[in-house]
Amino acid sequence: MGSILIHAAEQGFAYGIAALGVFITFRILRFPDLTVDGSFVTGAAIASSLLTSMGVDPFLTLAAAFGAGCIAGMVTGFLHTRLGITDLLAGVLSMIMLYSINLRIMGKPSISLLRVATLSDVVERALSPLGAVAILAVLAGMTLLIKFVLDAFFRTEFGLALRATGDNEAMIVAQGVNTKSMKVFGLALSNGLVALSGALVAQYSGFADVGMGVGTIVTGLAAVIVGGSLIRSRRIGWMTASVLVGSLVYRVAVMFALRYGYLIGFQASDLKLVTSLIVIVALVIPTVRERLMRKVGSC
Amino acid sequence: MLDVLGVEKRFRSGADEVLALSGIDLHLDRGDFLTVIGSNGAGKSTLLHVICGVLLPTTGRVRLGGIDVTCTPAYRRARRISRIVQDPMKGTAPSMTVAENLALASKRRGRTLRRAISRRRRAAFVERLSDLGVDLTARLDDPVSTLSGGERQALAVSMATLSRPDLLLLDEHTAALDPKNAERIVELTRAFVEEEALTTIMVTHNMDQAIELGNRLLMMHKGQIVHEVRDEVKRQTRVCDLVDLFSRRHVVDDELLLDPT
Repeated sequence: MGSILIHAAEQGFAYGIAALGVFITFRILRFPDLTVDGSFVTGAAIASSLLTSMGVDPFLTLAAAFGAGCIAGMVTGFLHTRLGITDLLAGVLSMIMLYSINLRIMGKPSISLLRVATLSDVVERALSPLGAVAILAVLAGMTLLIKFVLDAFFRTEFGLALRATGDNEAMIVAQGVNTKSMKVFGLALSNGLVALSGALVAQYSGFADVGMGVGTIVTGLAAVIVGGSLIRSRRIGWMTASVLVGSLVYRVAVMFALRYGYLIGFQASDLKLVTSLIVIVALVIPTVRERLMRKVGSC
Repeated sequence: MLDVLGVEKRFRSGADEVLALSGIDLHLDRGDFLTVIGSNGAGKSTLLHVICGVLLPTTGRVRLGGIDVTCTPAYRRARRISRIVQDPMKGTAPSMTVAENLALASKRRGRTLRRAISRRRRAAFVERLSDLGVDLTARLDDPVSTLSGGERQALAVSMATLSRPDLLLLDEHTAALDPKNAERIVELTRAFVEEEALTTIMVTHNMDQAIELGNRLLMMHKGQIVHEVRDEVKRQTRVCDLVDLFSRRHVVDDELLLDPT
């Protein structure tokens, strides 16, 4: 049980970085960005290819993955802000383009990392006294570091302008901000984080697969929404914390579902269906609540 | 300071074309305070939008401080032009705090990775807000969405004047407020404008306001400037004179005569 909880927590942190990326687009920019389903795999693909074919240092592959994700986000931003393609379609187009690109990067649909030294191997060796929690400690440390850097960024002059771009675009244009560039920047940052998360997950689970990104947007949203309902705050530090809490809660819930779900006929393949249903319910609650309130009132 | 040269603005094209502005020529000197009146659809707001860059003119040029800004995007003009719009919801970022909104307004270019709300800036904000007459100093960390319309508009006035713009555009910025709040916002605007000798254009539906404020007054109708007074003549103008002018041009509508204030 303990080791399973540790695994769930590890995944919570590793996927939590992707959830932070989704948080930036969905909550800060209010841009429903589907690019993440592709950029998550791009991160995994870059890291795996660099590890297997060039023997690059596992930590360096993370930086490469982040950079590639940023480029993917910039493409979506370009499609939307310069070519005038709607936000959803721009994301879908990028996602589909990335599918082909990811296959190009990997050279085949799936890469096994069992025979190369991944981040997990390096960490386990370096932090052997920590034993079973070594990887968890590193993943938690990295994720929290990213969270605190993001918090600090969102309190800078530039970060404030990025938040205002999502909050009231007309107003922030009148305050001298080029909102098109802001959106491109936000999308780049978001997808960079998602790709970084993909690179971590690939090394942690020992493989990269071209289909591993399917539903990244939904699991990211699940973390954002579940966390947001557990911790309600408008302060940026609490908001990013809520995303990570949401990611952890979601992964623990998934673990329970996979372990004990068979009792109610649950299969592992049902996971995406159930996750989407959770997101739907969470998204619909405010509307339903308002409708109920109105019923209690006059009509 | 500002030159509007032969500006024309058409919306749509073909049969249902609308000529929103035609042959507008306007010159403002530094320190001028111009009030603009006119019935609905006269082109007052369109004129402001062309000046601040939200709309591009169909023909004509706009110059700011001698520099042609006709094709300069709105965000870049905003470094020199401030504006306040009618809807209190639109001038501020609702889910961000009062302090964060002020921080956004206090730097209009070259935003860096420096902390936006330093202790020194915070103290400056408190001082700034204490000038407003509405008590917002204790609400520096509250989201703007929790403020009333009047409070938000007071904040908007404060934000618009914070960075000493070359030009201040007021687009019926008191029209959505109740009379008491409207009066307070007008006083606040007047105080800030006079204090910093801001070049200002104020569009209003309220003829008393138009006469009382500023050194120049301009009447628009169907996209054209139909009447202009300034200085001594403006001081002697009465509301009845303006109504007279309107009716002589057959432009009187109920709204002008029934204006509650």
